[in-house]
Order: sequence, then C-alpha cells, then structure tokens
Amino acid sequence: MSLNNQQHQQNDRVVITGLGTLSPLGRDVASTWEGLLAGKSGVTRLPEDWSPDMPTQIAAKVAVEPAELMDRVEMRRLDRSEQFALIAAREAWADAGSPEVDPTRLGVVIASGIGGVLTLLNSYDVLKEKGVRSVSPHTVPMLMPNGPAAHVGLEFGAKAGVHTPVSACASGAEALGYALNMIRSGRADVVIAGGTEAAIHPLPMAGFANMKALSTRNDDPTRASRPYDKDRDGFVLGEGAGVLVIETLEHAKARGAKVYAEVAGQGLTSDGFHIAAPDPEGTGATRAMLTALTDANISADEIVHLNAHATSTPAGDIAEAGAITGAFKSHLDQIAISATKSMTGHLLGGAGAIESIFVALALHHRIAPPTINIENLDDAIHLNIVRDKPRALPSGDIAALNNSFGFGGHNVAIAFRSI
Amino acid sequence: MAITEQEVLAGIKEIVEEVAGVPGSDIEMSKNFTDDLDVDSLSMVEVVVAAEERFGIKIPDDQVSGMLTVGDAVNFIVKAAN
Repeated sequence: MSLNNQQHQQNDRVVITGLGTLSPLGRDVASTWEGLLAGKSGVTRLPEDWSPDMPTQIAAKVAVEPAELMDRVEMRRLDRSEQFALIAAREAWADAGSPEVDPTRLGVVIASGIGGVLTLLNSYDVLKEKGVRSVSPHTVPMLMPNGPAAHVGLEFGAKAGVHTPVSACASGAEALGYALNMIRSGRADVVIAGGTEAAIHPLPMAGFANMKALSTRNDDPTRASRPYDKDRDGFVLGEGAGVLVIETLEHAKARGAKVYAEVAGQGLTSDGFHIAAPDPEGTGATRAMLTALTDANISADEIVHLNAHATSTPAGDIAEAGAITGAFKSHLDQIAISATKSMTGHLLGGAGAIESIFVALALHHRIAPPTINIENLDDAIHLNIVRDKPRALPSGDIAALNNSFGFGGHNVAIAFRSI
Repeated sequence: MAITEQEVLAGIKEIVEEVAGVPGSDIEMSKNFTDDLDVDSLSMVEVVVAAEERFGIKIPDDQVSGMLTVGDAVNFIVKAAN
C-alpha cells in the first residue's frame, strides 16, 4: 500500500464521539446502559382504558416523559417523535463536546419508521370533532417523517444536508450508514445521525396486532419480549430515540475528542421476497453482514460481538439466526450475541440507532449486554447468546456488528471497530 | 354586557403565553407580534383561532394580516365582540 493510500484510509476513518438517547430504560445514555447491563425490562402494561379491545396491552414507553426534559411551548410544536429526537440529539451533541464545525460541513441524518403518526391521528380527531379551523398550523411539520431530522438540523444549524432514510425497522441503522457515506464522500466533517419513533397508539398497534406480530403476554409484561425463547409470541412495541455524533478520526483527534468506537462499514441489501415476512433462507441478511465486513475491511474472525435484530417474533428470530450462521459459519462460537430488544422492546425506526449506541458502548467498555427472558432456548437456535448477565469482551483490537431489518425486506448491517 | 379592552388584553396575554411562551408581563398594546414577541406566522394562526374561540367572534383572514400589534388585535376583538 502506498503512503498516499494509507493516508487516504486514515483520513477516511469515521468515529463516534457523542451518544444520546431517551429510551424505555432511561432518560439518557448512562441510565439506559446501566439498565441494559442490569437486565432490566422497559416493558409495562398500558392503562386499562387505553384500548380495551386491543389484544396487546403492553408496550415499552420512554422511561421519562419529554415534559420533564423540554420546555412546554417548544413541546407543543413538536410531534412526540421529534421531541425524542431533539432530546437525544442535545445529549449526543453535549457528549461530543459541542464541536465547533463549519455549518456547511455539518450534516444530520435522523430516521423514523413511521413519522409523526400520533400527530396525524390526533389532528384527524380534532378535524372531525372541531372542524377545519381548529387543526393546528403546525400539523404538517409535525407529521412529516423528515420532521425530526429537520428540527435537529435547525437546532444545530446544519447546512451540509439534512436527510431521513425510511426503511421501517431498519431506518435507524440506515441513517447511520447514510451518515457514514456523507463523511466518506466528503460532504461533511461531522454528522448527527440516529433514529426516532413514537407510535404507541391504538391504530398502528391494531395493525401490528392483526399481522400477529405483537406479543400478547399481557399478564407478564417484563417477560413478554423474549427473543430466541421457545415460547416467544411476537415483539413488544417500544418508543424513543437514539442519536450518535460521528466525524472523521482526524477531525476528532484535532479537537481532542473522546472516541467510543469506529463506524467501520455498512452493508445494505433487500430480500425481494415479501412485504412483511422475512426470507426464511436469510440470504439477503447474510449478504448485508458480509458486505458490511468487506466495506469495513474486517474479517469474520475479528467479530466478537453482534447486536441482533431479534425482535422476538417466531419467524424473524429463526431467519436471522440462520443468516448469522450463514455469514460466520465456523467463527460463530466466538461471537457474543445480544438481543437487547428483550429489554427495550422494539423501537422500530429508533431500534437501529439505539442498538448502534449499545454496540459502541460494548466495544468501548468491553462488555456485551445480556439477553433476558430466555427460559427455554429454541432448539433451532445455535448461537452463542449472552444470556441473563453481561459478558466481558476480549482486549485488543475487536470488532462488532449491528443488524437491523425492516418490513419491505430491508437488511442493514453496520460494522464497528474498537478504538 | 360589553367586554372591555382590559378584559380582551388579559385574554390575549393568556393566549400568547400559552401558544408562544411569552410572559404575560411582556405583552402590551404597543408590542408588535412578530418583531417584539417573536410570534411567527404559524403561531399567529394559533393565536387567532384561540381568540375566536375565547371571545366567540370570527376574525377573517384579511383582517389578520393587518393585526401587527397587540393593540390592533385587541381593538378588532373589542369591536367585533360588542
């Protein structure tokens, strides 16, 4: 490799320097990570009068209401998904040391799976009950799926570009991939990337419930999300946001920033199989993982940890396990697999973002978070799962993957390297 | 019973405080909604709709554009309500 080439590669390395979240486990990254390592569930029972006919009466709501973290007037102009995104972005930006960056070199990529669905539905109720005149003029900026990205862009004055990839439950991971591309292609020096979702409402829940996608373990909320367990019966809908600040290693070093991990590569593929069901062969998911490794220049034997998509649906967990096996074959045993949705529930468009935060922290602290609620491991799952208690990761140079898949057949894998 | 200018001003203060977060004590008849109180065009629509509900009047759109100050709004509402 020529010196120029080495120099080029050095400049192209992209690292994570700031993290922020509002999640079912906590009001910030520290409390969320603490809950995750303690094996705490964020799932609770919904109020009895919430939607009595709904087969699913449980969800993973954010641990702290935005009203405790945000000004009242600001809140009323923001959809709940936008509130989550702004709260998480503010934490991430402060955590990154509020970097000084030319606004035309600062980008934002914040995804959402569904967008401002609460605003859409609540505004329709107002329209029906009180008429056209009473619909808030803030309705459209609140319901548009790019609203969270736009508000974060406004907050920090980002002018390199503000983007919102939408790929259902893969959206948050796709956002991080898009952000990586923004830096690699020279469009930005720093990007605020993540995902957000606020869809705990009877309408989306009825839709998911009628797909038989949701757990109905209503009497045992904290044990309802149980990826890889024989008796798993669907995912638990969660809400919240995760945001990461990423920048070139050179930029981070120049300003003396602390670094959590490197975002080393991405793999994006599609199944071309079914609008909602995972391809049972998992070839698209396998290709996403292998593509991420190639893109990151990481070999399969360097991967020591994987945060699985593992939503706790009967079909999805099996398909992904097969895809992971297909990607790693003989190296499978050395990969500590964590299914953190067992604790957070499924944040849809926020999932890939908070799980990328978890992978960054796992590499930074050298510890893989646990998977809770596996009472009887499904016989068809042959993975090295981190069960019940966190597990130490090796010292030295290590790497990890985060998987996120979405309705529509979207497969996203992001590769991370320790720093 | 006729509504007074003071009553309308008090109502407008409450509405602007609720919609735009401006403290009631900052809201005076001479204040310009946009320049002094930072009430943008979207929030102005909210103020107008809330005022219509509160005072039981209609404020036509062509009148809203002429309501530059708090006083403009109060005077219109007093006239319309009485």
